[in-house]
Amino acid sequence: MNIVVCAKVVPLSSVTIRIDPATRRMVRKDVSQELDPQAAKAVEEALRLTEKHGGSVTVVVMGGEDATIGIRGALAMGATAAIHLSDPALAGSDALGTAKALAAAIRKAPFDLVMCATESSDSYTGLVPGQLAQLLGVPPLTFATSVTVEGRTVTIKRQSEGGYDVVSAELPLLVTVTTGINEPRYPTLKGIMGAKKKEIKRYTAAELGLGPAEVGESGAREKVLTVGRPPARPAGTIIQDDGEGGKKIAAFLADLKLI
Amino acid sequence: MADLIWVYGEVVDGRISRATLEMLSKARELGRAEAVLLGPAPDDAVGTLSAHGASRVYRSTDPVYRDCPTLPAVETIATLIASHQPTVMLFASSYGGRDVAAALSAKLDCGALTDVGDLALRSGSLEATIPALGGSYQNTSTLTGPGAKLVLVRPKAFEIKPNETHATVEEVPAPRDPTVRKIRVTERVTVKREGPQLEDSRVIVSGGRGLKAPERFAMLQELAELLGGAVGATRAAVDAAWVPYALQIGQTGKTVKPDLYIACGISGALQHLAGMKGSKTIVAINTDPDAPIFQVADLGVVGDVFKVVPQLIEELKKRKGAGAH
Ligand SMILES: Cc1cc2nc3c(=O)[nH]c(=O)nc-3n(C[C@H](O)[C@H](O)[C@H](O)COP(=O)(O)OP(=O)(O)OC[C@H]3O[C@@H](n4cnc5c(N)ncnc54)[C@H](O)[C@@H]3O)c2cc1C
Ligand SMILES: Nc1ncnc2c1ncn2[C@@H]1O[C@H](COP(=O)(O)O)[C@@H](O)[C@H]1O
Repeated sequence: MNIVVCAKVVPLSSVTIRIDPATRRMVRKDVSQELDPQAAKAVEEALRLTEKHGGSVTVVVMGGEDATIGIRGALAMGATAAIHLSDPALAGSDALGTAKALAAAIRKAPFDLVMCATESSDSYTGLVPGQLAQLLGVPPLTFATSVTVEGRTVTIKRQSEGGYDVVSAELPLLVTVTTGINEPRYPTLKGIMGAKKKEIKRYTAAELGLGPAEVGESGAREKVLTVGRPPARPAGTIIQDDGEGGKKIAAFLADLKLI
Repeated sequence: MADLIWVYGEVVDGRISRATLEMLSKARELGRAEAVLLGPAPDDAVGTLSAHGASRVYRSTDPVYRDCPTLPAVETIATLIASHQPTVMLFASSYGGRDVAAALSAKLDCGALTDVGDLALRSGSLEATIPALGGSYQNTSTLTGPGAKLVLVRPKAFEIKPNETHATVEEVPAPRDPTVRKIRVTERVTVKREGPQLEDSRVIVSGGRGLKAPERFAMLQELAELLGGAVGATRAAVDAAWVPYALQIGQTGKTVKPDLYIACGISGALQHLAGMKGSKTIVAINTDPDAPIFQVADLGVVGDVFKVVPQLIEELKKRKGAGAH
């Protein structure tokens, strides 16, 4: 089974990211990057599936040059190969532009299964996987909390408003995985060393057959008009618990007629 | 002429969803509101849509929309959009809503906006308010290019305003092409939920990693019951499997806006704040005076949740007892 995992590389979650009001984009320069912890779950799930059923895991990442560290991270976990879509012509793409680039790259090699996280950690539009499935012409099985494969049939437990649904379809298809699906492995030293030797294929926008009407800032349907800060909540009262903290909360609630 | 605003109607727990009615109320403000309702629905469904401002309902009761997620709905809506050309189509940020909107945006090559908290139309051009980076920013965005503007709306973004309208119903045919049946639901499992539902609760007592063990949630349950509220949690507590995912509040969980939110042992990460910042009154208990949750708290108690909460429970019981005499 050939699995393609679409993984994003994002600023370290411990870093506070800013938006540049002039470009209206996230400032990624000089910010340490990592494999998106959400995408790591998709990589992990793909590795478990190939460990069971055989096959390969190819990681596709669209992102700047500094995304390489995250790509190596996925390879160190055990992914077979990687594709890096890095081209200034792709910068500023919206979700649909990103999906078009990913689809074009994925179409270059045969695949059975495409895996994504339901959302990325930094922009979390949650749109890319659904758009990608549509562009590839494969059914999307989304919000999976577990994935099993039997022959050509993939069955997932799909999160629902009131519990979960059991949902199936035949390969080829696309699956998105939720946060709770697994605990990604840590790369071993051997994995990290091995990752340095694995191939990272690169494509430019032109090689993907995509022009400025489809990708990059010019191709984006979504335009950010203004960058602002939400209205701040008025400052509250912060007290140190002096042994009466619980009583003070009760008094506060009573004052507001909440009890 | 008024802009045509469509709403993707959904049924949750056997009723037209709350989010559908929220969107219809907003659609009514923006222009002429119409709904698309696909699949089996309760008898009064069209009446409910009509009572909230829908002047037309595109309707099919075909079970294919229920048994085969996403693909049939995408096919039908794409056809409907092509022939009626609404200015905007609103979708709830539900599992189904997001899948249908994402696929449509690629099929129609029109893009989509997600996580939209407010919406304005200025001479046919859309201005959507969207929180970014976990709510530390609030931006306005638009969709350019021809075609319908697809918008995924945050839950609780709009108030429900009843608005009696007489809806005409237009039956639409379900797609016959077998390829729309590629995804099949074979089983639906409902996880039993007790007590008031998070989304509708006026009081929420929420716990995080600071509670340290699943059995400690019993303390929060007791407090919630005394206040007539429900229990919520952070993703840290959900990921640790202390409580089910249905209790998760935040960016990847539920959005809540209760009158009172009591955060117990919660640091206040942006992704958690994204789901509860709209609460009217926020009380936080945390041992760390620098915990970001205190920046949104109306009352913050720097202290041990295992001391403060039991005392609060005792005090509430005492006051209740006193009230009963
Ligand atoms: C893409 C993405 C989506 C996410 N979505 C969500 C989401 O929907 N919801 C969500 O909640 N999180 C979400 N998160 C996770 C979020 O970033 C935080 O990791 C999470 O909210 C932390 O949960 P917590 O506050 O329980 O734990 P911690 O951050 O570990 O905080 C525990 C707190 O408890 C306090 N504490 C410890 N002991 C005591 C005590 N005895 N008494 C009182 N206080 C004590 C500590 O001081 C600390 O502040 C998401 C993250 C990402 C990357
Ligand atoms: N730049 C990217 N490169 C690779 N995969 C991506 C990229 N952006 C989004 N994805 C995939 O789409 C998922 C959802 O992302 P988003 O739509 O940004 O929330 C991610 O978890 C990835 O699986």
